[in-house]
Amino acid sequence: MAIDKTCELFDCGHRACGGCGASMAARLLLKASGPETIVVSSTGCMEVFSTPYPETAWKVPWIHSLFENASAVASGIESALKQQGRSEKVVVVAGDGATFDIGVLCISGAFERGHDITYICYDNEAYMNTGIQRSGATPFDASTTTSPAGRVSFGNKHPKKDMPRILAAHGSPYVATASVAYPADFMQKVERAISTEGPTYVQVHAPCCTGWGFDGAKTVAIGKLAIETGLWVNYELVDGEVAKVKKVVKKPVEEYLKEQKRFRHLFKPKLQEEEIAKIQAIADRNFERYGHEIRLPPKKAPEGA
Amino acid sequence: MPLNEGCVAAPGRARDNRTGSWRVFIPKFDHEACSKCGMCQLICPEGCIQETGENEFVPDYDYCKGCGLCAEECPKGAITMEQEEK
Amino acid sequence: MALEIMEGSIAIAQAVRRCRPQVVAAYPITPQTHIVEALAEIVANGELSADYITVESEFSALSACEGAVAAGSRAYSATTSQGLALMFEVCFNMAGMRLPLVMTIANRAMGAPLSIWNDQQDSIALRDAGWLQLYAEDNQEAVDLHYIGYRVAEDHRVLLPVMVCFDGFVLSHTYEPVDMLTQEEVDAYLPPFVPKFMLDAKNPVSMGMYATPDYYPEFRYETDLAQKRALEVIREAGREFGEQFGRDYSALVESYRMDDAETAIIAMGSICGTTKEAVDEMRDAGKRVGLVRLRTFRPFPTEDLREALSGVSRVAVLDRNVSLGAGGTVHRGAVVLEVKDALYGEPIPVLDYVIGLGGRDVRIEDIKRVVELCEAGDGDRFYGLRTEVL
Repeated sequence: MAIDKTCELFDCGHRACGGCGASMAARLLLKASGPETIVVSSTGCMEVFSTPYPETAWKVPWIHSLFENASAVASGIESALKQQGRSEKVVVVAGDGATFDIGVLCISGAFERGHDITYICYDNEAYMNTGIQRSGATPFDASTTTSPAGRVSFGNKHPKKDMPRILAAHGSPYVATASVAYPADFMQKVERAISTEGPTYVQVHAPCCTGWGFDGAKTVAIGKLAIETGLWVNYELVDGEVAKVKKVVKKPVEEYLKEQKRFRHLFKPKLQEEEIAKIQAIADRNFERYGHEIRLPPKKAPEGA
Repeated sequence: MPLNEGCVAAPGRARDNRTGSWRVFIPKFDHEACSKCGMCQLICPEGCIQETGENEFVPDYDYCKGCGLCAEECPKGAITMEQEEK
Repeated sequence: MALEIMEGSIAIAQAVRRCRPQVVAAYPITPQTHIVEALAEIVANGELSADYITVESEFSALSACEGAVAAGSRAYSATTSQGLALMFEVCFNMAGMRLPLVMTIANRAMGAPLSIWNDQQDSIALRDAGWLQLYAEDNQEAVDLHYIGYRVAEDHRVLLPVMVCFDGFVLSHTYEPVDMLTQEEVDAYLPPFVPKFMLDAKNPVSMGMYATPDYYPEFRYETDLAQKRALEVIREAGREFGEQFGRDYSALVESYRMDDAETAIIAMGSICGTTKEAVDEMRDAGKRVGLVRLRTFRPFPTEDLREALSGVSRVAVLDRNVSLGAGGTVHRGAVVLEVKDALYGEPIPVLDYVIGLGGRDVRIEDIKRVVELCEAGDGDRFYGLRTEVL
């Protein structure tokens, strides 16, 4: 199935912040899914910025029920479609709070039962709609309103939960991570997830300028830096095995961290080298695990040095 | 206006909300410099940049919030952000 | 009419089969289990063409039903007590989204303390969720209320989910003679589900949008209006059922030996069977007493109840629930509050008896004792407590 890039199913007029990564994800995933799609949204930023009655931005059938039950609602829809002999695809679109935390019960049930649904988590790494509180997807040392950096704290104390592996362990035939910074790659993964039978999962990194503290014009740049530093890895798990990883030339994590207010406490009032080293270690482990570093030939030393 | 049972609505009304009024900086497109790669259209979070019949990429200023993402990512530097005069 | 001796739960499952739901989603919980086991068997044997979703919780059971109904399919679930409490959030949501469903509640007490036995605290606690609540006295009525329930729920004047409440164990596990309608008879009574709105790529809509203060109160008003309209729709569906099958359910309240009654007992559910026997015995002894049984609790049949109680001197309400903290210094359940509201301005004493909680047996003698207490003006209390707490 070819993706029609001109297909616009997410309408203008929504109330997302300028430069919103989540709204990019919504637009792009609908381009990939096409009009024969039923979207189930969880409560969250995207749900709120796109559907104040009667102004919906969704031009496909769309339903929102609750924060934590999108995959159970999707299960019911998928069953009903099967019974009626209909062919629409069921796609859940939910934030990381709904996915990593409050919705785990329903997601686990739906994946274990093997419903033919595609679950897309737009991961902006905190509860953004309620005002930037930490979730299970918030990275280590990020300052949020419930994991604030303070005199005796460097922010979020826990590393990000490995949700893709959890869902792969449920027997999902296709799990992928993607980033709005690489739209073509994201769309291809959504398309593959939807056309793969059974419960599939795509977790798309969706930088949030408001929650992370950067200029909305930099959403794509920040997303790329996350990947180049190894703090986000774009990969595919086919039947639980790593099938494809985006390779990068490794950059130090500071380059990503220093661009965002949520990590500012690591640089001001003084440089927290020990903490940054811990974050670098997370990135290093990722590189080790996925082996996706492009090793350039060593540069020749300048003459006369 | 009669309400739809259960808070149901058909598409179309999002466009009632003209988000162009949020804008502080406005993107200006240099069509001569443009290489027609389509990146601006693809990444615009509003989906308000469309290709015209003359193969020019044009934003709908009724909805462009002026985020500057298109200007930042244009590989040809063909989009510049300017302070908008209102 | 062919009467069969059946367990209540099996009869319910057979009735549900005849309603042809396309999606069944349920999670096992005592004393609802026999219903969902029987339905699973019915589906496994190909006697019902439905997708049976073995969800991982009641919360997902109702959420899956919600999705199925939104996609245009008739759906079914059953639960009780803690399971219903876990559905709390979805219950409000489904009514607000105006998605019709029939869900059987095998009424059971709420923990803590944990109790698997019968009272009506579970469904009563959800009285404000927007669901219609129908209470059955016996298994025949419980069965028939499922057919009526779907008719009413899916009526475009209503579009609200329905709880068919029948007492756990007391009815669910009891064998009674039941007249099961044939599939043809049910088909003639219950038309296929025609949704007003549904998820459909050919005609996309957004369902479950959020409402700002500019819109929210109107949606709540409309949902409450649908409850009001349901009063007449239930009467209508009950009357037509009677015309087709001989059992008339047009009355929202049933008056039993209420002619010239001085004392009226008000109750819901299977306790009414015992109460009727007690009434008979008291009548034989020359006592002017009758029973007014509530078949619907939501919508509450205020006007019907007023009419049924006209001329009585006192009212005794049997509350198989307690509204903890209600009533100031006296004890009250939720039903008496509604009865008092219905009789506001009438000079009739209304006394409440919180009775039969957590499966505590209520016998004919107890009903007679309640009437004596009521006659003496002694009420608004728990009835039949162990003496060590008094």
